Order: sequence, then structure tokens, then C-alpha cells
Amino acid sequence: MSEQLLKVNNLHASIDGKEILKGINLTINRGEVHAIMGPNGSGKSTLSSVLAGDPRFTVTEGSVDFHGMDLLSLNPEDRSHEGLFLSFQYPVEIPGVSMVNFMRAAVNAKRKYFNQPALTAGEFLKMMRVKREVVELDNKLASRSVNEGFSGGEKKRNEIFQMAVLEPCLSILDETDSGLDIDALRVVAGGVNKLKTPENSAIVITHYQRLLDYIKPDFVHVLYKGRIVKTGGPELALELEERGYDWIKQEIGEGE
Amino acid sequence: MSKEEVKIDDVVGHDDEYKYGFVTDIDTEIIPPGLSEEVVRLISKKKGEPEWMLDFRLKAYRYWLTLPVPRWAHLDIPEIDFQAISYYAAPTKKEGPKSLDEVDPELLKTFDRLGIPLEEQKALSGMAVDAVMDSVSVKTTHRTLLAEKGIIFCSISEAIKEYPDLVKKYLGSVVSYRDNFYAALNSAVFSDGSFVYIPKGVRCPMELSTYFRINASGTGQFERTLIVADDDAYVSYLEGCTAPSRDENQLHAAIVEIVVENRAEVKYSTVQNWYAGDKEGRGGVYNFVTKRGLCRGDFSKLSWTQVETGSAITWKYPSCVLAGEGSVGEFYSVAVTKNRQQADTGTKMIHTGKNSRSTIVSKGISAGHSQNSYRGLVKVAPNAEGVRNYTQCDSLLLGSNCGAHTFPYIDVMNDSAVVEHEATTSKISEEQLFYCNQRGIPTEEAVGLIVNGYAKEVMNKLPMEFAVEAQRLLSLTLEGSVG
Repeated sequence: MSEQLLKVNNLHASIDGKEILKGINLTINRGEVHAIMGPNGSGKSTLSSVLAGDPRFTVTEGSVDFHGMDLLSLNPEDRSHEGLFLSFQYPVEIPGVSMVNFMRAAVNAKRKYFNQPALTAGEFLKMMRVKREVVELDNKLASRSVNEGFSGGEKKRNEIFQMAVLEPCLSILDETDSGLDIDALRVVAGGVNKLKTPENSAIVITHYQRLLDYIKPDFVHVLYKGRIVKTGGPELALELEERGYDWIKQEIGEGE
Repeated sequence: MSKEEVKIDDVVGHDDEYKYGFVTDIDTEIIPPGLSEEVVRLISKKKGEPEWMLDFRLKAYRYWLTLPVPRWAHLDIPEIDFQAISYYAAPTKKEGPKSLDEVDPELLKTFDRLGIPLEEQKALSGMAVDAVMDSVSVKTTHRTLLAEKGIIFCSISEAIKEYPDLVKKYLGSVVSYRDNFYAALNSAVFSDGSFVYIPKGVRCPMELSTYFRINASGTGQFERTLIVADDDAYVSYLEGCTAPSRDENQLHAAIVEIVVENRAEVKYSTVQNWYAGDKEGRGGVYNFVTKRGLCRGDFSKLSWTQVETGSAITWKYPSCVLAGEGSVGEFYSVAVTKNRQQADTGTKMIHTGKNSRSTIVSKGISAGHSQNSYRGLVKVAPNAEGVRNYTQCDSLLLGSNCGAHTFPYIDVMNDSAVVEHEATTSKISEEQLFYCNQRGIPTEEAVGLIVNGYAKEVMNKLPMEFAVEAQRLLSLTLEGSVG
């Protein structure tokens, strides 16, 4: 039995007084890839936002253990330092801030958290070079402003590049495949696979089986109306692709 | 109020430590408060000025008496009692220190603490500094080296005595004492400032800089800077300013005049960090300054770059009169206001020369309960053919209690002119901050990063030595402890 990395226990969360997550239970061990699927509006993105500490959401009940720490008591930056990474569905643009400066701030903030000295400019640029290759990101992209004027595919590649730099133990990929053509998808998924180790884990949120052809999940969960209503192996994703979600709705007694 | 707004207010609303807020304990000669013809004569006498200079002052003073206090700016300026201000304060010293031995060690220490070493051995290489404390110039570094190239860089008091012909020719030629209320006041009582003359064909080998320091309390600072770049000359000039933290308001009413001859170029950069007052708006400097350059020569160029973070109230419009054919004017500005600070700043580009061009990039940043206005004029004279202007005017709001305002005036009298104006207003979004947080960057640092990114276009125009300092200042200004 491998070591537990994340344990979500009866998690409830709401936004503007409206409850979105209604009791999530999820355990992820080191080295595992979990896919979370489900119809629109079922709470998939909310789950990733809440785990990352997005202040727009309020946790009303439940607990989350992250390698022995009370995740919900940590602020978003400390969750990041402790190894949680969110690949955003819609990465935001920060005009005028170069990727180099942005990533240096991120890396050095983490080093400071662990009482390590800041990287020198030379060390940092060398690391950037190495990590860029993971997602075939060219030099020009790295010197541009954060996400500014990036195409959809470039933005997602840039997310995986940041993941490569920060070396998280838990990566949450929120619909990383949306808006990607098949080539970009291959590059992005290839990057994720290159970063895979027996020590780190991933939560892959997606609507489509397509991404799971490239990133092989160990478990597939169906999220519906704020709860995980079904869990299975990779074959569950194939079945969903073929049959849609109606049969699951029927299974839980509310088909139309 | 949303969570994000609370957070940003926390970050920028604090009364951060102003590290230049100390006072130097030094013997200072201060004349009693009040303004009269007697006081004007006294200042002139103390400085041992020639008759023509006294006449200049008296004419200005008499004109000033006829003027009402201007009130047109988008500023809430408390009544200023001009009789309550002392118009001359000088650290006690022997006349005009020529060597360092004559400069009070306390003064040297003060400027050391401000990061401006004045000892020749320690003086910043690549930059000559004129250090002005209260009403007088304390010391000008690197003078010998500059003199070898024929460059004159000294206090204006010395220039009046030693280069009367040059001063007579140019003083008041760009900003007349009749220009405005504060220009008239300055012309009457100005005490010191810098004089720069770059001869024909000379490229100044180093940055020239004046560092203004207010130290005495109950005084105003009225300095006067005159820069002349003769044909084909080039100079880059930087001005920095700080003052002690005090509960009283102090008036700083300066004039900067620049003359740019044929094919000459002047870059004038300001990093203004006067004491801004505390969180409730007590104290701080009133920074009412007239800055104007005359691009008299053909193909001359004048570039203003300003980073304004200090002062309780900032009121100034560094301007270019583009008289020469093909002359170029530029204005790059970052103005930050927080707490109760107010700023009404911008530029005027007066095109009278054919094919003259101007670029304006203004970046306003407002936080706390501050009010930040851009006011700009682009004027094209009837006979100025082929004029081009591009104006970009951006405002960034931090929090929900501040204001950003834009007053662009465009006055075009020639059909061939092409004048463009672009403006944006934005806020730091919750999404941007969360994105940074998720990558491990704390909110304070994220705000600094985002603001510096926003202002980058202007920061890039600063001389290298100061760009880093200005970036740090910008982050620091908006930093506080996050709750």
C-alpha cells in the first residue's frame, strides 16, 4: 500500500451563499493519477479552486489532509510551497510582467519558505532553459509577459512549464485539454508524463476521454451535483465517452 | 466590498515606514517667516547677488502680489499662509565650500544616509551630483572632470556670479515670472538649484544629478534649475528629492527651465519621493513645480521621465515647447498616490515647429483614498505643418476608495497634424492575484510585480542606475503588512 498524499473528507464549499460542493470524499496516494469527469456545472472546477485556496469560495464543512498538513488552514501561497499546483483552465494575463521575472519571484518565494537562499540569476536562467524543453516552449515565449497575447495552446503549455519549474507533488490539471488542437494536446500531455514520478500525483479534470489516451489515469471519478457519485478504473472513462452521463444519473435514481 | 478589495487595501493602505523621514541636527540659519520686499532683498543680499538679479526678483515679487491663488486643479488644497513660511534656510557654513574640508560632517553623513556620497573618492562613478539642502547647494561632485570638457555644472548661485552672461541670457527665457502664481513666487524668492551648460558638440560623459533635501521645519523650498544644451550637445540629468516626516505641510515650488539648441538632446529624469504625509493625510510636501523645456533648435529633442511617489499634493506639468523644425518632445510618467495623497500632473506639448513630434505615456496608479489626475495639453500652432502626437494615458486603480481622472486637452490649428489619444482604466484583478498566490507569490509581492509590469514602459526610460532603485521604490510604496 503506497503512501497517502491527499485525503479529502466530506468537503462542502459555496460561493455567494450557493453550495457547490456537497460532501466530497477523495483519497489520493503518491504516484497515482486520478481523473475527474462529469457534466458541466457539477463542481469540477470548484473542487480544484477550493483545493488551491481561491478566496472566492467558502469552505463550510469538511477537512483536507495534504501529506500530514491541514490544507484548509494554509494560505494559497503556502499550499503552493507545500507542493500543490493548479494548472488553470483560463490562465490570466499579467501585462508587463515577463515570465522570467514571474517565475523567479515564484521560485524564490518557495526557497524562502524553506529557508533556502535565492537562486542567482545564472542558476535561475539555466533552470529555465532545462525546464522549457519539457514542453518545447521556445525562448521567446519565456521572455514575453505572463500569458499576454498567448494562444490557447501556448497558455496551456506555459502552465505545464510552470509546473515543471515548481516540481509539485500534487498537480491539478483543470481542463488542460480544452481549446487544444491535437498537436498541442500531445505536447502538453507529453510534458505531464515526463514530469511523472512514483512520488507525485495528479488530478486530471476533463470532459473527454481524448486526454486520457495520453495521460493514463489509475482511477476515474464522476462528479455530479457536488458529489463523487461513481469511481472506477480507466474503463469508466471509455464507458462515459460511449454512453454519456444519463445512465449514471439513472443509477443514482434521477434519470430523465 | 469584495474580499479582493479588502486585501488590496490592506496591502497598500498602511502607513509604511518612510526611510528618508529623519531630521539632521545641524545649525541652520533661518530667516523669520513672512514675505515682503524686504525679505526678497534680504535673500538677494545673503547670496551676494548683483543688481540685475535683485531687479529680476523684485519684478517677480511685485507681479506675484497682483495674482490670485490658482484653484483650477482637481485638487483639494488647504489655504496656504504665505506669511507663515520662512523663505530662506541655510545650514550654517562658510561661503561656498570649495573643498570637502569645509563641508560640515553632519551634512556629509546626511547625504551618505540618503545614498548620495559626496566625498570625491566615494562619489558615485558615472554620475556628478549637486547636493542641495534646504535653500543652498552643499557640494557639487566631479566638477573638475566636467570642466575639462567645458561643461559647467554648479549651483545656480555660483552661476549668477561666475557666468552672469549665460544666466542673464537664459534665466526666465522659458518660464517667465509672469507664467503663473508659483512661478512668480519662485522667481522672487528662489534660493538655490543647479545650473548646467553643455557646450556645442559635447556629449556629457556622465549622468548629472541634483539631489534636493528639505531639512529645516517651517520653511519652503524654492529651487531653480537651468539647463542649456548648445548645438549638438547631449546630457542626461536626474533629480531626486526627499524630506523629513513632519506633521506640518511644507511648500516646494520649483522651476526647471531647459533650453535645447540645434540637434541637441536633453533627458531629464525625476524620481520624486518627498514625504507624502501619514495615513490620515497629516503633513507632507506640497510639490507645486513649473518645469518646461524649449526645443528651440531644429531636430532638438527633450525627454521628460518622472516617477512620482511622494508629496501630499503633486501639481506639475513638465512641458515641451517644440519650436524647432523636426524637434521631438517626450513625456513618460508614473504617478503613484496612496492614503490621502493627491496628484494633478501631466504635460503640455506645444507644437510650433514644422514636423515636430511628441509622445506622451502616462501611467497613473491610485490606492487608498487618494485622487490621481492626468491633465495634458497637445497644442498645434496654425503654421506648424506635419505635426505628430501620440498620447497613451493609463490608470490603474487599487482598491475601491481611490479615484483616477483624465483631462486631456487637444487644440489643433493645422489640418496636417495627426494627433492620437488612447486611454485605459484598469484594476488589479482578483484572478491576477490568485494566479500569483497559487504560484507561491505572496499578495504584497504580487502587487509590486503587477504594478511594476504596468509601469514598465516608463521605467525602461530611466537611466539604468536609477531604474532598479525606482522599481524598488514603486514596490515599496505599495507595500505594507498584509493582515
